[in-house]
Amino acid sequence: MTKLTVNGQSHTLELDPRTTLLDALRDHLDLTGSKKGCDHGQCGACTVLVNGTRVNSCLCLAAMHDGDEITTIEGLGSPESLNALQAAFVEKDGYQCGYCTPGQIMSATALFEELKAGQPSYVSEDLDRAEMTDAEIAERMSGNLCRCSAYPLIREAIAMAAEVKS
Amino acid sequence: MRPFEYERAGSLADASGMMGDAASIIAGGTNLMDLMKIQVMTPSRVIDISRLPDMDRIETHGDGLRIGALVTNTALATDPRIRAGWPVLSRAILAGASAQIRNKATTGGNLLQRTRCPYFYDTAMNCNKRVPGTGCSAKGGSGRMLALFGTSEDCLAAHPSDMAVGLAALGAEVEIRAPSGDLRTLPVTQLYALPGNRPDIETHLNEGEIITAVILPAPRAGTQQTYRKVRDRASYAFALVSVAAVVAMDGDTIAEASLAFGGVAPRPWTDASVNAVLAGAKAENATFERAAAQLVPDAAPHEETDFKRPLLRRTLIATLREATGLAGRVDTARTASAGGMQ
Amino acid sequence: MTEIFRMNEAQPRLLDETRQGLVGKPLDRPEGPKKVSGRARYAAEGLPEGAAHGVLVRATVARGRVIRIDHEAVRDMPGVIAVISDDRLLRNPAQGMAGAAPCQPAGEVFYHGQPIALVVADSFETARDAAERLPVSYDVQPAETDPDTASEKEVDDPETLGDFDAAFAGSDATIDATYTTDAQVSAAMEPHAAIADWQGDNLTLRGSLQMLRFNRKELADSLGVDLAQVRILSPYIGGGFGSKLGIGPEAVAAAIASREIGRPVRVVMARQTVFDAVLRRTETTQRVRFGASADGSLKAISHDDLVSNVPGESFSEPVSQASQFLYGADGLSFTQTVARISRTPTGSVRAPGEAVGMLAFECAMDELADKLNICPVELRLRNIPQTHPMTGQAYSAHGLADCLRTGAEKFGWSKRAAPGTRIEGDWRIGMGVASAARKSMLVQSAARVRLTGDRAIVETDMTDIGTGTYAILGQIAGEMLGLPVDRVDVRLGDTDLPGASGSGGSFGANSAGSATFLAAKKIRADIASKLGCEPGELTLQDGIARGGNVERPLADLVADEIVHEATIEAGDTSESHISAGFGSHFAEVAVNQWTGEVRVRRMLGVMAMGRILNEKTARSQALGGMIWGIGAALTEAIEHDPRTGHIVTRDLANYHVASHADVPGAVKVEFLEERDDMGNPIQTKGIGELGISGAGAAVLNAIANATGARVRNFPALPDRVVAAMEAAGV
Repeated sequence: MTKLTVNGQSHTLELDPRTTLLDALRDHLDLTGSKKGCDHGQCGACTVLVNGTRVNSCLCLAAMHDGDEITTIEGLGSPESLNALQAAFVEKDGYQCGYCTPGQIMSATALFEELKAGQPSYVSEDLDRAEMTDAEIAERMSGNLCRCSAYPLIREAIAMAAEVKS
Repeated sequence: MRPFEYERAGSLADASGMMGDAASIIAGGTNLMDLMKIQVMTPSRVIDISRLPDMDRIETHGDGLRIGALVTNTALATDPRIRAGWPVLSRAILAGASAQIRNKATTGGNLLQRTRCPYFYDTAMNCNKRVPGTGCSAKGGSGRMLALFGTSEDCLAAHPSDMAVGLAALGAEVEIRAPSGDLRTLPVTQLYALPGNRPDIETHLNEGEIITAVILPAPRAGTQQTYRKVRDRASYAFALVSVAAVVAMDGDTIAEASLAFGGVAPRPWTDASVNAVLAGAKAENATFERAAAQLVPDAAPHEETDFKRPLLRRTLIATLREATGLAGRVDTARTASAGGMQ
Repeated sequence: MTEIFRMNEAQPRLLDETRQGLVGKPLDRPEGPKKVSGRARYAAEGLPEGAAHGVLVRATVARGRVIRIDHEAVRDMPGVIAVISDDRLLRNPAQGMAGAAPCQPAGEVFYHGQPIALVVADSFETARDAAERLPVSYDVQPAETDPDTASEKEVDDPETLGDFDAAFAGSDATIDATYTTDAQVSAAMEPHAAIADWQGDNLTLRGSLQMLRFNRKELADSLGVDLAQVRILSPYIGGGFGSKLGIGPEAVAAAIASREIGRPVRVVMARQTVFDAVLRRTETTQRVRFGASADGSLKAISHDDLVSNVPGESFSEPVSQASQFLYGADGLSFTQTVARISRTPTGSVRAPGEAVGMLAFECAMDELADKLNICPVELRLRNIPQTHPMTGQAYSAHGLADCLRTGAEKFGWSKRAAPGTRIEGDWRIGMGVASAARKSMLVQSAARVRLTGDRAIVETDMTDIGTGTYAILGQIAGEMLGLPVDRVDVRLGDTDLPGASGSGGSFGANSAGSATFLAAKKIRADIASKLGCEPGELTLQDGIARGGNVERPLADLVADEIVHEATIEAGDTSESHISAGFGSHFAEVAVNQWTGEVRVRRMLGVMAMGRILNEKTARSQALGGMIWGIGAALTEAIEHDPRTGHIVTRDLANYHVASHADVPGAVKVEFLEERDDMGNPIQTKGIGELGISGAGAAVLNAIANATGARVRNFPALPDRVVAAMEAAGV
């Protein structure tokens, strides 16, 4: 039996050992907000937070996350009550088909924390200074592909939400 | 994915005991899961070591550091000690994959990740690494993920790690635990076996041995360190070629240089004769050209990777220009977003 | 069946007269909150009770016959329910608007990766395992996989006007250049998926499909059942870009399996299968020849191309489509050659034709400008024809000149330096321009509008693949009926609703938008008559109807539901006029002089694409297209194995769609005010594909300006840029 706490709610599941965290969420808990775009960690649509850290849930065996706290897009806000980041995506039109969108938003949620913690990225000139520039957001979001190519608007939405937060 | 028994190891000894032909150790799983789904790897037993205690620590080790095998790529790249003392390692790790994958991937797993040769990844194609003796479909095929150095007639695969290239330039060692509990170390570059006629054997690890840590030597104070990765898009792609450089300058002369190369060999590639060309030479293009000529062969052993020769030669020069300050502004090197709308 | 409105003549610009003020406004997408909160349900989501899981099995030979599929080898695996190797499985997905079953394999293999069977099991994990293990034996036949050396090549009759050879020979300056483009794929983020569920003799299929009116016919025909037995639902589609135009193997296999086992069956393509078995964009070899007089007037234009497809497929990438009407000359000639080979079949990928044709054509134009030493913007301005050069048709609205001038001004084109002279550190900086052109079409489309009091509902089987259909149809209906947009519900993606054009060829807004407009217009006439005024006197705003001296709330006036359906189709204006969107693309790039890496620093697209219905979603469409242009110019390359023809780059790690880091923040879009009176009654043009048309050429021309070297094999991967720089000695 695998115990997962998803968006604050505890679930106990009996799963095939082969079941990924993504499939457990989508097919066993009917939380279909996390998307399967590639199933190989190559697109980012399945991004969730595990104990506060963003990961590709398609590359996680559910069994390895027994006891972990999972946050999915459904845990951020509902259509009636969007959080600041979700609302910014709507306002800036930071999506088109919407399929990569939950992953983009989960990734951006973690990005704020990573920047706050001072984590550098490949494009940081100075490894000791992490700043909220467009280039930094772009590099840090590059694990989330968007074939509709809403990239500039996704980053505008992230920057807008960052301002709302601060 | 084939059915498997999932077991969580309680200790390293426990994990060693469970290992065997049909078992795989899983930690981050970012590559193993990938390969199990397409049945390139088909373990009947998967041993989870991700919760073993104390293996996710970075500790002082003499003048250097000991990095536990379960330290994630993110934790390693962003550790303040690494950033300050071994920045090429931070840069190399941050050049790889995505934030999500770096959050999961571990130090030990990164070293042991498999090649990204597309023929290894496709069970419909022959591959001596996957099924020894079946032949190498990469020969005569697509070359972007293949190697220029260290190949054999039986395998052209390149090792894809960026982190390992940074570690090689730093002269890091790998700590290995035998089933008996004894520890030994190997330089990172000597962890890997070149393919020869047994490309399925990729490392010099013995049966039941587990990588427990990576040991960094003392930081080389005053060196310029950089990692340059050239790939088919600006981020989130494997290297066509990459260069890690640790360079000590004396005025406008290179006092000492340690280089390592990625995307071009079955292991992080190093060549002492290239470092020797640079040592004591003036930091100028002519010197860098000589180093490149020393490194890059006149012809690729397999034409599939011939395109990597000019790319490696020029990336080596670009990296040395950056490390020695000749390149001037470097911001555009990594980002598309320089310049604004007028 | 409603009476069909044919677009035979220019229609009054009613949307410029109405008062609600919705049309054109940058309104948020109504479905947005569902999408950003993970509540929008796509095809594979929400498993019905008792659903089984199907996984497609691919052929692993390039050409041959399946001799045996060893069902027994996997039947005993716990959880395996069935192995389906039915003759009705699809060999190739249907091409767009086929409306009939595509090729069905009957054991014939035409390409490595072709779906040949479906394994169905209780769980996804088991189905995937069994599919991988299923033994298949083949009678292998020799295959040709290289378009260059293919023995079967169909050379089309040249399309010509005047005497190209004489005009070319008599020119002061000529260009004769050959370009190649690698194959590309749509790579929509949502893999193709279907859940099939039979109730008795009736099938409901949740699919990820772009053109339901056609897909329903294709599915029924593939299965050999009556149209009335098939219903398709596609309320949300995770991107299409052409790859979901026609019914695909996942849908047909799911339907066959579900019927056979008596349970709902879900089939989701693995990402690798999406590469193997979904229509790709052909690789091309293109020869462009221009002849011009010294002042830059074009005398001769020729654009010949080599493309490929599997034997028997009628689709061929219309590479020179825009080349035939973009610039005028005395002699024009266009010849296409189609090689028949064993590679994944080719079909429509966003802007078939222009997306790759304009890369070569507009780069050649730049080469001509260099040769003549004329500014590339000026050269283009000098060659804008008055009428279609091949057919003599009038243009419906032609904004190219304005787009070029406006773009040059806003982009700072005058600061463009001589090739290879602008240097920042190790980076060379350059600017490039290209024209954009893409034909705009109208396709038969129906919609129903219901008005009850001050609430309206739009119903059509039209789809929203991210294009903004939910938003714009609500805006059109709200505008016509004088209702705020939150009083209009839009219901899409259900074949029980009136049949629309579907999403393809950028004609969705033109077609489904016009049908919605016409249905609402009929309701307006009813309201006018209830109010006792002429329709022309009626104004509707914020739920209040006014006409003559009467003013009444719709809530009172329309106590009973008013329902009208309308159907539109193309008419005489599509013969008398050519309707096309035009634009200009500008790009600034940095090229590393050592490594050949290219970084786009900024881009500007200026577009004249008829009436803009929603400034926000239109911008997103245009922007997305431009970024596809970056991908086509720099990163996107399918590699085929030379021996098997199969796609080697069959996942998203090896096929490089642009990532965030490839795209600068400064990608800007400007729309010029325009009305296309000849196109349709709402005066719009297609948007989604104009953005990509020519965009990549601007990037490639910027590389040439930056380095002084010309890459002619696209995309301009780092090694190709290095090779070009070394060849040019720069």
